[in-house]
Amino acid sequence: MSTVTQEHLTKENLTEQERQYILLTQNGIPIIEKPYHAIAEQMNLSVEQVLTLTKSMQERGIIRRIAAVPNHYKLGYQYNGMTVWDIDDAQAEKLGDAVGRLPFVSHCYLRPRFLPEWNYNLFAMVHGKTPESIAEYRGQIKELLKEILVTRNHDTGQNSITKSNDMLTSTAILKKTGLRLKQ
Amino acid sequence: MDNSNSPLKSESTDNSKSASKGISKSRKCQTVELSALEKSLINLLQHGLPVCERPFAQIAEEVSSTEQAVIECLKNLRSEKVLTRFGPMFDAASLGGAFTLAAIAVPEEDFDFVTEQVNSFEQIAHNYRRDHDFNMWFVIATEAADEIEQVVKAIECKTGLKVLNVPKLKEFYVGLYLPV
Repeated sequence: MSTVTQEHLTKENLTEQERQYILLTQNGIPIIEKPYHAIAEQMNLSVEQVLTLTKSMQERGIIRRIAAVPNHYKLGYQYNGMTVWDIDDAQAEKLGDAVGRLPFVSHCYLRPRFLPEWNYNLFAMVHGKTPESIAEYRGQIKELLKEILVTRNHDTGQNSITKSNDMLTSTAILKKTGLRLKQ
Repeated sequence: MDNSNSPLKSESTDNSKSASKGISKSRKCQTVELSALEKSLINLLQHGLPVCERPFAQIAEEVSSTEQAVIECLKNLRSEKVLTRFGPMFDAASLGGAFTLAAIAVPEEDFDFVTEQVNSFEQIAHNYRRDHDFNMWFVIATEAADEIEQVVKAIECKTGLKVLNVPKLKEFYVGLYLPV
């Protein structure tokens, strides 16, 4: 039995108005004095209604935030590492939350293990300007998790050493497409 | 060194500097140099824009600038693609559909071929090469939850390789803050 749950938000939970809002804004909002007025006009709503709708979607987690997303590379963040950790399930939620709060971690998830070939259950993505910086971030995460890293080498042969953590750096982008709500 | 062939040159030759006197390009890589206002705005707005009638006026107060200057600066950052997006970040699941992260340990000699095979599935949103035995990591995005398993099976069938399917069980944080 899984000890963790996941809330499912689906398309069906969206009102027609929310769907329309997403379709209008998923590629961005206009950078003008009154951006919500522009959206209101297109939706035939008042600006107050659009602001209320926006706040409501934010409160329910449909909108994570309204923000600027920079190009990593143009800001000098050329390196990323997917750090993966084999940690004690009983403490995974508590420590996963702590790892997620580190400022250099962009995504942090618990995922299932598939033993023996994949023993890592916590994933945390880190970004940095140098290879040294992402190695240092990995070290900081390790400091948080060192007490609960799982050792799996008791009964295995000398040749198969299962590591308790690793960092996979990306060496090429093979495909990248945006995720969009379809009409 | 002559940098007239820099690919960055063609993006914008004159209009950016007059607007906000920022964004001069370094010749070595894609990294750009930013003005003080650009830096403040990038740092502040990664956290979020206030939801109100004139959000840029409010932001201007926080960075001791004017609404017009903030708007000009952001438009410029957007058109220079220093900002790749500006607007609501939607929770992917609420846009409908299902997602998973998956990986394959691809034999090195077959890597290009398998990349083509995997990328040919329209449900593959992102795909990255990584330095590990599991050297190919991709996101599968489908309209319905049960379609994920079908795509995983189809990829296994097409490539003859086993797919490691590790959907998220619990999310702690999604958001990236890159201070400049």
